[in-house]
Amino acid sequence: MNFLDYFKSKKKNTASIAKERLQIIVAHERGQREQPDYLPKLQQEILDVIRRYVPIDQDQVQVQLDKNGSCSVLELNVTLPD
Amino acid sequence: MAKIIVITSGKGGVGKTTSSASISTGLALKGNKTVVIDFDVGLRNLDLIMNCERRVVYDFVNVINGEATLNQALIKDKQVENLYILPASQTRDKDALSKEGVEQVLNELSEKFDYIICDSPAGIEHGAQMALYFADEAIIVTNPEVSSVRDSDRILGILQSKSRRAEKDLDPIKEHLLLTRYNPERVERGEMLGVEDVKDILAIKLLGVIPESPSVLSSSNSGVPVIHDQTTDAGSAYDDAVERLLGKERPHRFLNIQKKGFFKRMFKGSVSA
Repeated sequence: MNFLDYFKSKKKNTASIAKERLQIIVAHERGQREQPDYLPKLQQEILDVIRRYVPIDQDQVQVQLDKNGSCSVLELNVTLPD
Repeated sequence: MAKIIVITSGKGGVGKTTSSASISTGLALKGNKTVVIDFDVGLRNLDLIMNCERRVVYDFVNVINGEATLNQALIKDKQVENLYILPASQTRDKDALSKEGVEQVLNELSEKFDYIICDSPAGIEHGAQMALYFADEAIIVTNPEVSSVRDSDRILGILQSKSRRAEKDLDPIKEHLLLTRYNPERVERGEMLGVEDVKDILAIKLLGVIPESPSVLSSSNSGVPVIHDQTTDAGSAYDDAVERLLGKERPHRFLNIQKKGFFKRMFKGSVSA
């Protein structure tokens, strides 16, 4: 860190960093809140079934429920190893 | 029928009990018959903040269990007409509050009072859920700080899904934001989230902004809710918030840096609030 950086870093606006971080986490958590309670269990059971055939990790299955008006879409995303 | 207002936050230490004490005092001072209930079973403190800790004989759980009548447990405030306190039990655990028991006590209080203020414990466990379950309105006490704002959003989710009004498909709980420990100087310097930032994130109506103030600690030291001292910034900010709660329009003061006058600067410290 050089001499000028010392003065610049003092002016860093941490409040705007806080706001940005909060907007992201709050949006993410609100999205989860609206999902039905059975989703984590559903994800676990799908994972268990796939594991019988292919070795995969917990984070390689993504289950998401999106609502589009009166129509709900259950999206299942499985990453299989090479 | 009384209006039931829960004072909640999720996070601890943001000023729920301080706000409960001042808001209930303010409502009573303006002529409304008000009772404030401490839901923090096992960690009661409202009695201390309202200076009635030596007058507690029976508590909320005693009433629920039929060991005392409501009239035996209610403590009449010594300074304010129309103000009563229902203390929490210090010796039971939080599960002592059953939904049916709480409902019965609230129904009984509802016949005699205009306002029932429920001082919620921190967290989102049973005690906090009982405090908010029957509410008509909610005051979300939030500090301009990341963990408090996030927890407030979490509590808003619970109000919208696990309250009586949500479960019975009634009109939703009316939500109010009370921003406490606000420091305009630090907001100006970009060190603290501002009112608009918090409003943007939580997207609820602003009830009031209580500035960070030494008068809050001195009032809890002596057990006199800070709203009694209208010469202090926090006291008058609470008074404005109560007026808004009652439907009056009040401009938001204390959002900007208070310019110290010549005399205040000269006598800095000697005339502190």
